[in-house]
Amino acid sequence: MTSAIVATGLRKSYREKVVLDGIDLDIPEGSVFALLGPNGAGKTTTVQILSTYIKADGGDARVAGHDLARDPDAVRAAIGVTGQFSAVDKLLSGEENLMLMADLHHLGRREGRRRAAELLKQFDLVGAGPNIVTTYSGGMRRRLDLAMTLIGNPRIIFLDEPTTGLDPGSRHTMWQIIRDLAAGGVTIFLTTQYLEEADELAGRIAVLDKGRLVAEGTPDELKRQIPGGYVRLQFSDATRLASAARLLGVGSGDDDALTLEIPTDGGVRALRALLEQLDHENVDVAGLTVHSPDLDDVYFALTGHGIKEDSAA
Amino acid sequence: MSTYALTDATTMLHRDFQHLRRYPLMTISGIGTPTVFLLLFNYVLGGAVSAGLGAGVSYVNYLVPGILMMTVGSGCAATAIGVNMDMTEGVVARFRVMAISRGSVLTGRVVGSLIRTLLSVLLVVGVAVVIGFRPTTGPAQWLLAYGFLALVTLALTWLAIAFGMAAKTVAGANSSTLLLQFGPFISSGFVPASTMPVGVRWFAENQPFTSMIETLRGLLLGTPIGKSAIIAIAWCVVIALVGYLWARAAYNRDPIRY
Repeated sequence: MTSAIVATGLRKSYREKVVLDGIDLDIPEGSVFALLGPNGAGKTTTVQILSTYIKADGGDARVAGHDLARDPDAVRAAIGVTGQFSAVDKLLSGEENLMLMADLHHLGRREGRRRAAELLKQFDLVGAGPNIVTTYSGGMRRRLDLAMTLIGNPRIIFLDEPTTGLDPGSRHTMWQIIRDLAAGGVTIFLTTQYLEEADELAGRIAVLDKGRLVAEGTPDELKRQIPGGYVRLQFSDATRLASAARLLGVGSGDDDALTLEIPTDGGVRALRALLEQLDHENVDVAGLTVHSPDLDDVYFALTGHGIKEDSAA
Repeated sequence: MSTYALTDATTMLHRDFQHLRRYPLMTISGIGTPTVFLLLFNYVLGGAVSAGLGAGVSYVNYLVPGILMMTVGSGCAATAIGVNMDMTEGVVARFRVMAISRGSVLTGRVVGSLIRTLLSVLLVVGVAVVIGFRPTTGPAQWLLAYGFLALVTLALTWLAIAFGMAAKTVAGANSSTLLLQFGPFISSGFVPASTMPVGVRWFAENQPFTSMIETLRGLLLGTPIGKSAIIAIAWCVVIALVGYLWARAAYNRDPIRY
């Protein structure tokens, strides 16, 4: 499979502060890739380098087959970028912003109008099109921003924290838009600090922490890297709890809550074996919950700190 | 340089005019400020000042070249603010990652600033004529004066663009352009420099606005120009070059700095 983005040893420092400390990436064409990390991990810097906005101090990268340093204009012609802070012209209307983009892509007047109208419709902005952008909500601005990015039909789209600051409704709308784009074969490079978002959208996830990639894989691969799953059994009295604990050999459980936690890989086979064993000894179980490791657990295990901890950085 | 340099610059110019149409306030104040000073100086201070100018000199005639220089300064101040808003509000970040002619963002601004400022000059001249300004030379010299103002505008626009890019906030951009707007005050624009104390007088006689104002005065009223024209043109070339190189360097610099 051809690669949309290949990077080796990307480095960037500001004064003495190392922001990126050697990043390697290989992102296949047509995939959705999420760069996950807390604020200050270097996500935005990575996007800024790969989208030709700033230059790396070291390393090289090819985007859409073109060398970033040698042929930035060819890279620019193939990509679209929507940043964390909407890069829209606030003094223009939504329609005028789209027409501005159409003109800069040299689409011609008629084709420009057609594309603008099409995108306004696709992004549910038809009514707001003639209004000036200062009257837009955050979600509308973000949608307009993305619509402007799409005018040139980019093959690769960078989305830097596309849903940060959006309300849950707008976030789900944005997710659907991203899924539709991916279905159309566009390569998507997104950054996020939401584990749920990476899990939801991306085929591959890389975890960035303090300028280094600490893990990379599919969401399932990452979840498998850490043991975090358990089954929690609920009992109706202390006697049953005690006999179950004795039977399964896992200590004494929680006497107040009458629960017992048994480590498991979360698979059906293990669960069935566990229940059969309890059944066989006639230990009544009042209820059970299966806890699978989620990306929060993964993140914590990989970095040794929670994802929100570094938000001051 | 892309083959689309001209198209892209035209697109940017179009955007400049869209802003102008929607927010005419900047331009109105660019015309309003010099107009207010024109009226103030002529009607409030004019009586006292013209007594010192000697017989036969109309103060409104004496005043207009300085006021026109102020109009140019105000027009360029609006440009600096527009450029700064672009730089600080993210839309230029988008332009930077698009395959468009890099220079077009700036050249569009320069042409926009020229057109806007030169229209403002016409309007201010109109007001001046209404209150009694009567240029004594002929149409050829008037046209030459207008051309000369275009040259000054071009030079100050590049400097204003550099100011706009260097400033971190809109307020900073605004205050840096006060130099352009009110620089003409300490010159021969409003009262003859010969009436000033030695230090101030030395400054007033040698600062760039004075040579520009004297050139303009000569072209409009037939006063002797002498070396002023050469000095003014030299200043314009220097200011334009410094502004252009500074603006270009600021634009090409890594946009993220700590």
